[in-house]
Amino acid sequence: MTSPFSRGFRGRPRSAAAAGRLPPGQYETRDFPVLSAGPTPRISLATWDFTLLGPGGQTARWTWDEFQALHREPVTADIHCVTKWSKLGTVWEGVSVDTLLADAAPRDVRPAPYMLAVCDGDYTTNLPLADVTGGKAWVALSYGGEPLAPEHGGPARLLVPHLYFWKSAKWVRQLHFLEPDQPGFWESHGYHNYGDPWREQRYAGDE
Amino acid sequence: MNRAPPPSSPAAASTLRPTARSIAWRLATVADTVRETPRARTLVLDVPGWPGHRAGQHLDVRLTAEDGYQAQRSYSIASAPEDARVVLTVERLEDGEVSPYLTDELRVGDRLELRGPIGGHFVWDVAIGGPLLLVGGGSGIVPLMAMLRHRAAALGTADADARHHVPARLLYSSRSWNEVIYRDELARLVEHDSALEVALTLTREQPQGWAGLRRRIDRMMLAEVAWPPAERPHVFVCGSTPLVEAVAAALVELGHDPARVKTERFGPTGGSP
Repeated sequence: MTSPFSRGFRGRPRSAAAAGRLPPGQYETRDFPVLSAGPTPRISLATWDFTLLGPGGQTARWTWDEFQALHREPVTADIHCVTKWSKLGTVWEGVSVDTLLADAAPRDVRPAPYMLAVCDGDYTTNLPLADVTGGKAWVALSYGGEPLAPEHGGPARLLVPHLYFWKSAKWVRQLHFLEPDQPGFWESHGYHNYGDPWREQRYAGDE
Repeated sequence: MNRAPPPSSPAAASTLRPTARSIAWRLATVADTVRETPRARTLVLDVPGWPGHRAGQHLDVRLTAEDGYQAQRSYSIASAPEDARVVLTVERLEDGEVSPYLTDELRVGDRLELRGPIGGHFVWDVAIGGPLLLVGGGSGIVPLMAMLRHRAAALGTADADARHHVPARLLYSSRSWNEVIYRDELARLVEHDSALEVALTLTREQPQGWAGLRRRIDRMMLAEVAWPPAERPHVFVCGSTPLVEAVAAALVELGHDPARVKTERFGPTGGSP
């Protein structure tokens, strides 16, 4: 349907800089809002570990110290939250999922067409393998040059900036490679299974 | 130690629809507005075709400027599912783009695009049962009020047994007496319902003779107001990020099961929720 004008609504001055970088329905914010479904988990780095789980049950596990030794990359990306805010040019550092898979390959952990990220606090989110490999996804350990704060997902969160930010799961601990696809937390609570901000795939049923 | 969300959750069962149709944009008409506080206004909306909602859910509002520019924001629904109209209560953010329009410009008879309901996690209904513990700050009261209104509507005022089967407590933090949203309605609800308790805390300014709480919500306050963890209350926390972080952390420290503590946060300029 054609949207009727909202009498008296002008909106903010249009920002030329943000114009091409804001997906439909998004607005630019300069802060970093926090959104999560429950209490922030507090995790001791002494017991923290990270696990890749292959479709046949094979596992590769890293302690915190082992994980620190993996190759890290700087990532600068625009991020888009389904609640409408976007933050441009965010700066992260993380271990790419490609690096994790390469490190796990000798341990016979192989990928499958889908991935389910499993987190402290019972949160999960699902992504196609093609969206987490080829330099598109990282396990981020720092934001803005500082270790990741707990309310922003520290010590480690998934970073998949080309999809709505709920896919960038906070407090991530395990990546399960599996088939068939298995909906995660928000994907089971009315949100879109894939979540492409440029196609405005916010909610289940959005095309 | 990592568990998937409980598959038996009623929300998951009711919202997981692989073949779901898109949530349609609908044209609402403003039927009434109510000034709640200096910064908050209630919008009462007629929404033809509204599919119904659950208490705690939100919706998206879309505004269109004359040059075609559009802005969207999410707002919690304040009305009970039983209510005939869809009600929002919006707080004006000083540097906001959409909220000042909704609190100050919009008039009865104006039209507004919206779509919803959205969200299947931060929801409660009487079938989920009690005890129900609601903790809110500022306009974080809005989805909690939908739950209290639903509880009152679903259980009625005649059947005291039914209400006592689902007891509810609200701990609500405001800066001052004048900023307590739904103040009179909360007083009325409490008056007619011995299974409902409401505790207000006024953090910046208190009226003369105020004998109630007067500090930010902390662990000691929660220990006094909340049910003990052994009662396994269903807990919903909504407010600013600092409030929600502090309350949720304190509840977990007190021994409440994190899986029963549901949160919704909004930032001062990050939009709502």
